[in-house]
Amino acid sequence: MPKHDTPLLDELESGPWPSFVTDIKRQAETKPECWDILGQLELSFKERITHWKHGGIVGVFGYGGGIVGRYSDVPKQFPGVAHFHTVRLNQPSSKFYSSAKLRDICNLWEKYGSGMTNMHGSTGDLVLLGTTTPNLEPLFYELTHDLKQDLGGSGSNLRTPACCLGKARCEWSCYDTQALCHHLTMHYQDEIHRPAFPYKFKFKMSGCPNDCVAAIARSDFAVIGTWRDDIRIDQAAVKGYINGDFPATGGAHAGKDWGAFNINKEVIQLCPTGCMSMAGDELKIDNAECTRCMHCINAMPRALRPGVDQGASILVGAKAPILDGAQFATLTIPFLEVNQENDFEEVIEQIEKIWDWWMEVGKNRERVGETIQRVGLPTFLSVMEVDIVPQHVKEPRSNPYVFWQSEEVEGGFDRDVREFRKRHAQ
Amino acid sequence: MGYDPANPMVDRITDIGPPHFEQFFPPVIKANYGKWLYHEITQPGVLMHKGESGDECYTVRVGSARLISIELIREMCDIADAHCEGFLRFTTRNNVEFMVDSADKVQPLLDDLASRGNKFPVGGTGAGITNIVHTQGWVHCHTPATDASGVVKAVMDDLFEHFTSMKLPAQVRVALACCLNMCGAVHASDIAILGIHRKPPMIDHDAISGLCELPLAIASCPLGAVKPAKATNEAGEEVKSVKVNAARCMFCGNCYTMCPAMPLADPEGDGIAILVGGKVSNSRSMPKFSKLVIPFLPNTPPRWPETVQAVRQIVDAYAADARKYERVGEWAERIGWERFFEKCDIPFTIKSIDDYRLAYDTWRTSTQFKFTSHIK
Repeated sequence: MPKHDTPLLDELESGPWPSFVTDIKRQAETKPECWDILGQLELSFKERITHWKHGGIVGVFGYGGGIVGRYSDVPKQFPGVAHFHTVRLNQPSSKFYSSAKLRDICNLWEKYGSGMTNMHGSTGDLVLLGTTTPNLEPLFYELTHDLKQDLGGSGSNLRTPACCLGKARCEWSCYDTQALCHHLTMHYQDEIHRPAFPYKFKFKMSGCPNDCVAAIARSDFAVIGTWRDDIRIDQAAVKGYINGDFPATGGAHAGKDWGAFNINKEVIQLCPTGCMSMAGDELKIDNAECTRCMHCINAMPRALRPGVDQGASILVGAKAPILDGAQFATLTIPFLEVNQENDFEEVIEQIEKIWDWWMEVGKNRERVGETIQRVGLPTFLSVMEVDIVPQHVKEPRSNPYVFWQSEEVEGGFDRDVREFRKRHAQ
Repeated sequence: MGYDPANPMVDRITDIGPPHFEQFFPPVIKANYGKWLYHEITQPGVLMHKGESGDECYTVRVGSARLISIELIREMCDIADAHCEGFLRFTTRNNVEFMVDSADKVQPLLDDLASRGNKFPVGGTGAGITNIVHTQGWVHCHTPATDASGVVKAVMDDLFEHFTSMKLPAQVRVALACCLNMCGAVHASDIAILGIHRKPPMIDHDAISGLCELPLAIASCPLGAVKPAKATNEAGEEVKSVKVNAARCMFCGNCYTMCPAMPLADPEGDGIAILVGGKVSNSRSMPKFSKLVIPFLPNTPPRWPETVQAVRQIVDAYAADARKYERVGEWAERIGWERFFEKCDIPFTIKSIDDYRLAYDTWRTSTQFKFTSHIK
């Protein structure tokens, strides 16, 4: 495949940010189909429209997900990308790699694909961009036999779960996000690889309410770490921050002179519940009033840490706007123990309750958050068999239209209108 | 014995999942797992995590284009082999992290990264702008309304000073999705760059019978704008097809997702909307959705100057006016959205007033407002 003139793309080779154009050109020296990636992309830049055809179902035997078919609509001009399927590899939890593992993946992709990747896709997979249908089975064979790895999810199935880096390198993680992510991924291989749901379903695990994997915005089932005892305080370190011995927010604001750290202005007054105060030079927290927003802990990481009675909040039903509008996940279980000792039994129990219900009542291409909107949160909470608590709402409803059930009302709904008329003339 | 095309099911291995994460931990991570005490950002792009043991892990964070080659990954591996005992990781925002176990190993690593041109920019920490989460765009997607990698490159070139510094009031998370499907989930970002369509789908009557299940195409429309209709194909035959009520179309593209015979992409119709003020974290205020402030900017490859300028204007106004710790959305809510439009010098248009579902929640039902320049 020859080089194409790419005057528009060439303009993206300058500037301080790494250039994907320069990178693709470098790859094209050994994988000439990359010249056709650039050629077709240049055509899109010129015409301001995509040149990829709609879909095309491809895959490996026995799997209904993991490969996304992609074909060029100008294959004669750019034969190197006529077939250009995507392969999603399930990433290891929180995306640590050894160079040896990455080199194996690179070698596999050099043999069977274009050499281009996404590190990583939005859901979390390691995405290999661009291969042909005949390459899929040999690639899958070597992936599973030699690399001992597997595909991720696509379509109406459980999508590849993802987590924050958790206890591996963060002091705030309230449960082992990686262990839970890996366990659920292994436990639900069938659900990841064989679509059986009304629509996609995503798990995301964040270790604390900072929510670095955006679980609350992006996942149908969000497990977000929290605690229910007292924030741990190191009063000596609090004094250290007040005296300017340590940088506030771990130095995150070091690039601008914001003046000396002011604990009153920067921590106590920014607390959303007003549960903090100074008693002399001691910081006091009324922990019963704390909503665990993380601001004070973020601001003074040496002085404050989450409590030790740790677990997770379970929130359900987040999604991007298509179709009814964006939804954040709704708090369903305020506190759940996340216990590796019993193989996360409590978490799995909640997941299966949701699935059993959603697979029955969910409509085609309806995310679970939309199903909950359609039937109402009270119905969903009943399905989940949870205690109904004020934490489930921001505020009580402001209309009086309650769906009372017959059995809730004395005497039920069955009445005799003739009896009624004997006492009340028409 | 390798793959045998004649017997593809022989010795088949399935459902083995990903490799266990623990085997990829650098020794300092493994030794201090779950026992970290605190962290500090020692300079932009360099984090120090302190363990209860007294151990320190220094992480150097490097930006990447996300769309990267195996040649570049191999170069990352060389760096990891030379400095990091052969380990590295990627972040959810497409950065690469190289970890070393002592302060004196940081500078040689930084020097090595700097010696490789602009391939490995160090930054993306603290109160700055880290990598843009984004989608495929024209390089690999069939439904985009704009490109992804090209727009991101242009915007990051312009915002680069904020990638390598920490002088903003708080972190600013920028995200790009190249259509309303939002694979990039930009609905909760400080600044969201979103590809949108503005022309209703065309209907390919010659192909629709072979390509689409008509009831699915009709049901796909959230506003009931797609109806069954008879049409004539190129051969002059009457075929069962659909029609679109253009007045009801909100250009979501869901019909095209369900029915390839209803393409809606268009060079003039497609472009970019800017939404701002979303956040995911629960810190201080609750998570917020991004709000539409610029309904349309044209697709102007290769460098999308209108989009770059719009993002720059918002970042500059925010940097000049917001208080320390305030995210973009918290700032806009404190000063009021009417003041936000004024300070960012963005015209307020009727397109920012919600008329879709749940719209009423966004209407102002109060006498509290500011007399900004909008009120004549």
